[in-house]
Amino acid sequence: MSQVVSPVREPLVIGGKTYADVTEDVCRQVEGKPTKLWLICFTLALITLGYGSYCLFYTWWTGIGVWGLNKTVGWAWDITNFVWWVGIGHAGTLISAILLLFRQKWRTSINRAAEAMTIFAVLCAASFILAHMGRPWLAHWALPLPNTYGSLWVNFNSPLVWDVFAISTYLTVSLVFWYIGLIPDLATIRDRARNKVSKFVYGAMSFGWDGSAKTWARYESVSLILAGLSTPLVLSVHTIVSFDFATSVIPGWHTTIFPPYFVAGAIFSGFAMVLTLMLITREVFNLKEYITIGHMESMNKIIMLTGSIVGVAYITELFIAWYSGVQYEQYAFLNRATGPYWWAYWSMMTCNVISPQLFWIRKIRRSVAATFILSIIVNIGMWFERFVIIVTSLHRDYLPSSWAMFYPTMYDIGDYIFSFGLFFTLFLLFAKFLPVVNMAEVKAILKSSSAKVAEKRGAAVQTDFQARPAFNKDVE
Amino acid sequence: METNKRYLVGVFDDEDVLLKSVKKIRNSGVKIHEVYTPFPIHGLDEALGYKRSRLPIAAFLFGITGTTCAVAMISLMLGYDWPMIIGGKPFVPIPDLVPVSFELTVLFAALGMVATFLITNNLWPGKKPILFDSRSTDNKFIMAVDLSKNKLASDEITSILRNFGATEVNTKLVEEEVVV
Repeated sequence: MSQVVSPVREPLVIGGKTYADVTEDVCRQVEGKPTKLWLICFTLALITLGYGSYCLFYTWWTGIGVWGLNKTVGWAWDITNFVWWVGIGHAGTLISAILLLFRQKWRTSINRAAEAMTIFAVLCAASFILAHMGRPWLAHWALPLPNTYGSLWVNFNSPLVWDVFAISTYLTVSLVFWYIGLIPDLATIRDRARNKVSKFVYGAMSFGWDGSAKTWARYESVSLILAGLSTPLVLSVHTIVSFDFATSVIPGWHTTIFPPYFVAGAIFSGFAMVLTLMLITREVFNLKEYITIGHMESMNKIIMLTGSIVGVAYITELFIAWYSGVQYEQYAFLNRATGPYWWAYWSMMTCNVISPQLFWIRKIRRSVAATFILSIIVNIGMWFERFVIIVTSLHRDYLPSSWAMFYPTMYDIGDYIFSFGLFFTLFLLFAKFLPVVNMAEVKAILKSSSAKVAEKRGAAVQTDFQARPAFNKDVE
Repeated sequence: METNKRYLVGVFDDEDVLLKSVKKIRNSGVKIHEVYTPFPIHGLDEALGYKRSRLPIAAFLFGITGTTCAVAMISLMLGYDWPMIIGGKPFVPIPDLVPVSFELTVLFAALGMVATFLITNNLWPGKKPILFDSRSTDNKFIMAVDLSKNKLASDEITSILRNFGATEVNTKLVEEEVVV
């Protein structure tokens, strides 16, 4: 049964769409030939990936000496990029899992693309984990595998080992969650396919889905439990990432506020990335009726909320550094704000704390151009946040004789470019060959939340309103 | 052995009409084979008389298997096989077990449940589905009635389906292996 929705709520799907329209609008870009714009973007992504792959290959071949690291700054862009990408990934799971548990229907048109973004972002993050090991072919040493040293096992007390488990579980569960959601839509494409190749490929990928009531009932129960599992999972992942820093004794890292602060920051940057991608996608694939200004506004509200949480966390850090009376902690923060990396600190503060506050203004929240620009600013700010946390905490060691600066080399930059190439190549492939909007879920909310129904309901409310005086008269 | 089975296929345009009529159609003595819909309809499984899925129980069992495996693995490795002195702390520190045990609980529960889901629904890559109407993944709600399992005549069932809101009623022959 369709649920009752308040008439004051903005419709989630506009333009009087029917079930068949949803199928048609979403399948169009999957079935059609790639557009010129897509081909241009894809070529650019491949060039980026190509250049990045060269840099990454050179890093792997030569060793991480090609980076600008020195004996004081042992972690720089690698871990910055890793934390940044993992954080971006968090929005996808938040949208598909946490918003499902909260029964937020607006998630239905964006969850598919956001989940895809999660998976690609975690893959990008993983590339930095492999690269920063220096000898990536020995990456399996991070797993508890029997070995020739009389089975010297990995140290389960180390947050780095927790990270291995957290990130790999997160990637696996996100991938499974995403694919299970894709199966019904792949079946739709299979049943519409005309040529042999797509019939075969989508036929194989849709696992023989027939949409029977029994399967749907089980599917719903699987989705709900996966959402229930993913919710603590996504919170645990960035918590554990923050443990990499928080359990150390480096001033500026050794902070109990890190787990919630990292999780809020992750959702903050993730939503910004979802907005950047979705604003382009809705334009290119003409999905404006499904990804509406209302959707954008909802996401901007979350950005505003999490941005404020992040702002409070920054100020709390400063306060606690002063209040703790620990000289080292105090110096770490003084150095952040006024030391040689002051520009990074203030870029972070401006982009993350001040800029999202603009979303208090409804006009900005509902402006596509402003949102697009702000979404990019937020992600620049979040990159600087990780850079500030990592590099400025390290570069001035306890002994002034070992103070150093970090300067990125072309391979630091090139490996970062690699992750962009990988991300956009995968996202463009996804956007072309798989349905970017979850058709089944959008159809399921069409009756309760489309503009058509809202109109009818609005009319009903009006007649009700007009009828009221007469009713009152009767009572009198 | 292969036989051809005759099915009546009722096509509905609206999920609310379908949901209301399922019970009525069942009450008028028609045995429904299955209903195929493009998206999940809440309450349809109850209307068809299906039992609640036991997948949550499976997920729970897989989950505690994961926890047990993780705790056993870590305790055996750090406490028994190769105990290491790290800052004089206990060999098997309980708080340090939490993150990995939690992750493995989630991993086992998720993978186990999804595998159970795929197996119980007989879904696997490359499987060819029996489709009574290919519009059931697009915009129509399809009700299939197995004539061999119904006592009522085909005409009677057709009129019942039409009375309760089916916009089309077609016949479909399905070749299927007889399940013993």
